[in-house]
Amino acid sequence: MEEKNSQPLVRMIGISKAFPGVQANDCVDLELFPGEVLALLGENGAGKSTLMNILCGLYRPDAGEIEVRGRKASIQGPRDSQALGIGMIHQNFKLVDSMTVLENIILGMKNQPFLLDMKKVRSEVLQLSERYNLKVEPDASVWQLSVGEQQRVEILKLLYRKADILILDEPTAVLTPQESSQLAKVIRLMKTEGKSAIFITHKMDEVMNFSDRVMVLRKGKAVAGLSTASTSPSQLARLMVGREMLFSIDKKPFSPGKTILKLDRVCAKDDRGLDALKEVSLDIRSGEILGIAGVAGNGQKELAEVITGLRKLESGSLRLDERDMSQSSPIAMIKAGVAHVPQDRVSVGSVGDLSVASNLAMKEYRKPPLSTGIFLIPRRITSLAKKLIERFKIMTPGPDTHLKFLSGGNIQKTILAREIGACKSLLVAVYPSRGLDIGATESVRRQLVDQRDQGLGVLFVSEDIDELMQVADTIAVLFEGRVMAVMPSREAEPERLGLLMAGVGA
Amino acid sequence: MDMITSILAITIRAGTSLVFATVGEIFTERAGILNLGIEGIMLMSAVTGFAASFYTQNLFIALLVAAAVGAAMAALHAFLTVTMRANQVVSGLSITLFGSGFASFLGQRLGPAANNFRLVGLKGARFMPASFEAVSDIPIVSAFLNQDLLTYLVYILIPLSWFFLYKTRPGLWLRSIGEDPQTADAMGIDVIKAKYFYTILGGVFIALGGAHLSLSYTPGWAENITGGRGWIVVALVIFSMWNPARSLWGALLFGGINAVQFRLQASGTTIPAAFLNMLPYLGTIAVLVLMTWWEALSKKVGAPAALSQAYMREDK
Repeated sequence: MEEKNSQPLVRMIGISKAFPGVQANDCVDLELFPGEVLALLGENGAGKSTLMNILCGLYRPDAGEIEVRGRKASIQGPRDSQALGIGMIHQNFKLVDSMTVLENIILGMKNQPFLLDMKKVRSEVLQLSERYNLKVEPDASVWQLSVGEQQRVEILKLLYRKADILILDEPTAVLTPQESSQLAKVIRLMKTEGKSAIFITHKMDEVMNFSDRVMVLRKGKAVAGLSTASTSPSQLARLMVGREMLFSIDKKPFSPGKTILKLDRVCAKDDRGLDALKEVSLDIRSGEILGIAGVAGNGQKELAEVITGLRKLESGSLRLDERDMSQSSPIAMIKAGVAHVPQDRVSVGSVGDLSVASNLAMKEYRKPPLSTGIFLIPRRITSLAKKLIERFKIMTPGPDTHLKFLSGGNIQKTILAREIGACKSLLVAVYPSRGLDIGATESVRRQLVDQRDQGLGVLFVSEDIDELMQVADTIAVLFEGRVMAVMPSREAEPERLGLLMAGVGA
Repeated sequence: MDMITSILAITIRAGTSLVFATVGEIFTERAGILNLGIEGIMLMSAVTGFAASFYTQNLFIALLVAAAVGAAMAALHAFLTVTMRANQVVSGLSITLFGSGFASFLGQRLGPAANNFRLVGLKGARFMPASFEAVSDIPIVSAFLNQDLLTYLVYILIPLSWFFLYKTRPGLWLRSIGEDPQTADAMGIDVIKAKYFYTILGGVFIALGGAHLSLSYTPGWAENITGGRGWIVVALVIFSMWNPARSLWGALLFGGINAVQFRLQASGTTIPAAFLNMLPYLGTIAVLVLMTWWEALSKKVGAPAALSQAYMREDK
């Protein structure tokens, strides 16, 4: 490495950026040297994409400076970063679906002539596509292309603009293994031409295969910058996941009862019609918390939706209390005693413009004591609400306050209170402590453990390995829709979990 | 043949203001802004354009005044929807409600004292159709050539705006903004500025459409001179599939039915006039529904994907 005698190409100094409720970047420093590939490693929400969106001008940092080629750069928007030779391939591609490949490639280029010369563009693009072995159909509309082809268009777009600082945000997340290895070839070829690249990932093998150096982000902070050759996947896993001290939770000794939920080779598709769950087989017994570990987007959401009847099974079977419920509606699952604390508590789990009391009554309102016939009994709803507010320590001015005025933690407690109240066999909790402060997190975990101690089954999805090891009795790791391993939590080691979550060591 | 030529001539005359407004609204919607203020802008530009022509007897100034009024009203819509991120439907409807009422008010206040301050019944400068003696006897052709200056402008506007949208750099940028402002922004296009620019430009074209009514088609001011044309334009934009080249067909359709029913009324038919007056609107909507249905089946390009959505960069 000629790092020592060369000046950094890009330098980000003390970058901070906050979104409402989240410190996405906290005083982050980053250096990129000419001709190197830098991997930016971290869990979801670690602030990787935010940092790169700042470099490419889409976000403005709250504090910090950027230097490019040794000079202070004032990046006010994407146009400025493009002028500096910076190009980014976003996780959600920035392509206009209804336009052709060629139109997308030249979109926004100021130095194109007023009257577009598509013949010239076509021949130049075809030349590039040949040189880098990136096959595309220049006149096809983007919506007709596969995801892999769309990514090739994105790469050609950067090459055509002669960008020499390339940012790739989880470039392989959507690719087949063949396409991934082709991408690796392209990156290597660009490197030999003196271009530099930063790529965002949470997959360990890519870091090891692609990068010269690796920088680890955790919760918005840069925790390490290492040369890839001098590190190991297990060291990186440790850095990425971090070790956070938690209060330990008292729970009764683990003594599972009969099987409540049995998933047998369940397959399901995600919203885009791609395979999200691949032959998932899992059991949850009464008195057991089954923790689902994995980086977000590896099938957790779909798993929870399958169990709560919100998503159809493509194949396989789902048995609840020994009854086949493979094709049941959400209402049938509710009646069977399944409760759901969804991932998106604001848009799916609650109605912000209704009162706390109404939100609490939302599952029980159909039957006495809350209603008779078609009429609700407001007095009973209010008294139920008061009881739950006290029991779950929901901080609210009163049962009539609109839910949206409560803090995130108290909204979550409201949902938990409702779901636990309605839960008779299985509680499905997806990231229940996400975004909560320590106190609220503790009380949410406490509630999960209480349910287990009372003999219910709990499915607990989390990204936080420490939390899983504390709360769960059994841990299953999901990676790309597959169960990588199932183990008792006392035998689990964070390092091994981290590797499994990154798809290493099946 | 004479009758066809004369129907065609009326059709083109009736279609002129519709083409202007349709092309204007296409530009606006291509930038992702739905402007339902068309009717209000057309009425306001018709009344102010006519008042200017009455007092100055200068058609150029009349057009200028109408265009400025259209630009100002469109700029208000852009401010409300782009900067203040107001609901585009609500903002557009408000502009139409305001424009219709205020135009009617101005019609009773801008006139000379001698006419009780009214504009109704006055004569101003007006656009006269060209009359080329040499072609007057050639059927069809004469219908196209013996038209006023604004109609000639339409002949240029249609191919030019098509060319602009599909063959030039700024046209490509414009199309990307209505489809996917996030991408346009990431590619270095100033989305906010463009939305303002094309909304205002659209307002100017819509205003020229309104001015054509009071300066040429039915010269003079009359209450509700647009007769709901602003709403027909909303439909014609869909009918055109947001392509300026196709704005011609929609306008000819509406203008054509209009011309035919005029003829029928003139010939003393027993069909009630109210029914005939309704025909252009009914016919346009019927054809529109059929065409849109057909287009949807053949999966042609539809509305700009981000139409009527507010855009802000750091929205997550």
